[in-house]
Amino acid sequence: MRDQVIASAIHGTGAKVVALLLLTCLSGCAGLGVEPWERDQLARKDMALDNEKLDLAQDDHIYFSKEGSSGGRAFAGGGCGCN
Amino acid sequence: MQLTPEEDANGQTYAGESQPGVKLAPPRKPCIAGALALASCSLLGQGVMAAESNDDQDWQLVDAALMYYGEEGRVQAIEAIGTAKKTYADETVLDVKVLLDSLTGASASGAVPQGQEQTFTRPSGDGQYSIAAGETPLDDTFHDTRLQLSANWSQPQSSPWKTNLGLYGSKEFDYNAFGVNAGAERGFNKDNTTLFAGAAYSFDILEPEGGRPKPLSAMVLRTADDTEASFRRAFALTREGGSDDKRTLDLLLGLTQVLNRRWLLQANYGLSSVEGYLTDPYKFLSQVDAAGVARAYRYEHRPDSRLKHSFFLMTKTALDSGVVDVSYRYNRDDWRLSSHTLESHYRYYFSGSFYGQLHLRYYRQGAAEFYRPWLLTDQALPEFASADYRIGELTTYTLGLKLGRRLSGDRELAFRLEFYRQQPHNNGTEIPEGLQAYELFPSVRVISAQISYAF
Repeated sequence: MRDQVIASAIHGTGAKVVALLLLTCLSGCAGLGVEPWERDQLARKDMALDNEKLDLAQDDHIYFSKEGSSGGRAFAGGGCGCN
Repeated sequence: MQLTPEEDANGQTYAGESQPGVKLAPPRKPCIAGALALASCSLLGQGVMAAESNDDQDWQLVDAALMYYGEEGRVQAIEAIGTAKKTYADETVLDVKVLLDSLTGASASGAVPQGQEQTFTRPSGDGQYSIAAGETPLDDTFHDTRLQLSANWSQPQSSPWKTNLGLYGSKEFDYNAFGVNAGAERGFNKDNTTLFAGAAYSFDILEPEGGRPKPLSAMVLRTADDTEASFRRAFALTREGGSDDKRTLDLLLGLTQVLNRRWLLQANYGLSSVEGYLTDPYKFLSQVDAAGVARAYRYEHRPDSRLKHSFFLMTKTALDSGVVDVSYRYNRDDWRLSSHTLESHYRYYFSGSFYGQLHLRYYRQGAAEFYRPWLLTDQALPEFASADYRIGELTTYTLGLKLGRRLSGDRELAFRLEFYRQQPHNNGTEIPEGLQAYELFPSVRVISAQISYAF
């Protein structure tokens, strides 16, 4: 049952999103970006996507336990009886 | 070559490492000589690091945090987290995280206020509690302690592929969870484009206090004529067993794109499939007559599967005096619950070692299709029903402020204060006259405070 549901989702909305991501990446992204020696600002510690990951994890846990939606930035997850 | 105060030997600029009072360097024009010098320094630096990494390194503490979470008149929690890492000779990194939290206080049961005192049986069947007339019914027996351990192995970042494998375990009074996750990412287009794919599986075991209630069965209340044995017999008829489980499979696909020297974009798509016991065994609904008077309390019942989609888009920008990110998230699932989330963090460096950060978040969700604030006695019972406001129409707001100070080396001390407000709404249900005088969708106000230290 789960396999059917997931397959259906992957072939439906999921497949469209993946196709869109790949298409965007292959077509549009190739012309974007910087040279390796232009990464001074991007290499800043506070520009890392996982900077403050402890704060983000704590926030996500609160929202996971208090709201009906979860995930997005990271796995939607189970693992806690708070929801 | 003379490095500016903000640059390390690799030519990387770390906000907050500059001298107090010195602003971050303004954008510089590309300089080929400078770039070559930086590249040389970088290569030399890597050589030194490689020479030094022939042996396993000792465990290093990474972060520690202590957080207080308090809902006005409801749940209070204290949470402590510590993380450490060990780097091996082959550059594999093992990260471990230990989390301990303790919760106590009251949480909304799902029942509605009444014009007279209401009495409810505790989830265990041992005893009962009363709620005053006009008050929102809260179950004050909520208490728990949770211990969570997780470990994550990640492969060297120098290879084109970066992979990681994680394990997770969590133990509570009535809930245990075990999980595994794995992910791989690869850079393209001079590392300006990164694709990520990951999966996580969690197996959770629930052992509700008093057992699992039979779906939509009526709560048994003690009467003066009941003996302990007769009450226990009646209570047992509302239970259908002890433990059950819940399985969660998550898939996450991500794209990170560098747009220019200061701006990057992240886009994620997440699919989450949950199967098993998804009902909250401690929640119930009031069953009211046409006048709004509660005639029974019925334990909630939710479907045993849920398929969730999430779409997440974030931009992050490096400013001369700080950093800002803005994100939007859209979620929807086959319970017909959908939500929109807007969030932003803005950091401003008052000096090279001291910063303030503003956190804003707005969240709005529509109700799940089986959400009902109450049941009516003159209508047939539905197959699924829940009065849990967390899956009803809901708006939440977050306003947060963080102050951080960079100490010597990479050490940092930070304090964070956040205000969080939940405002449930009526999902369009007609309110019986007898209930109109009461606050049926009360707001919840939360304050959380956190102190953290990065080693």
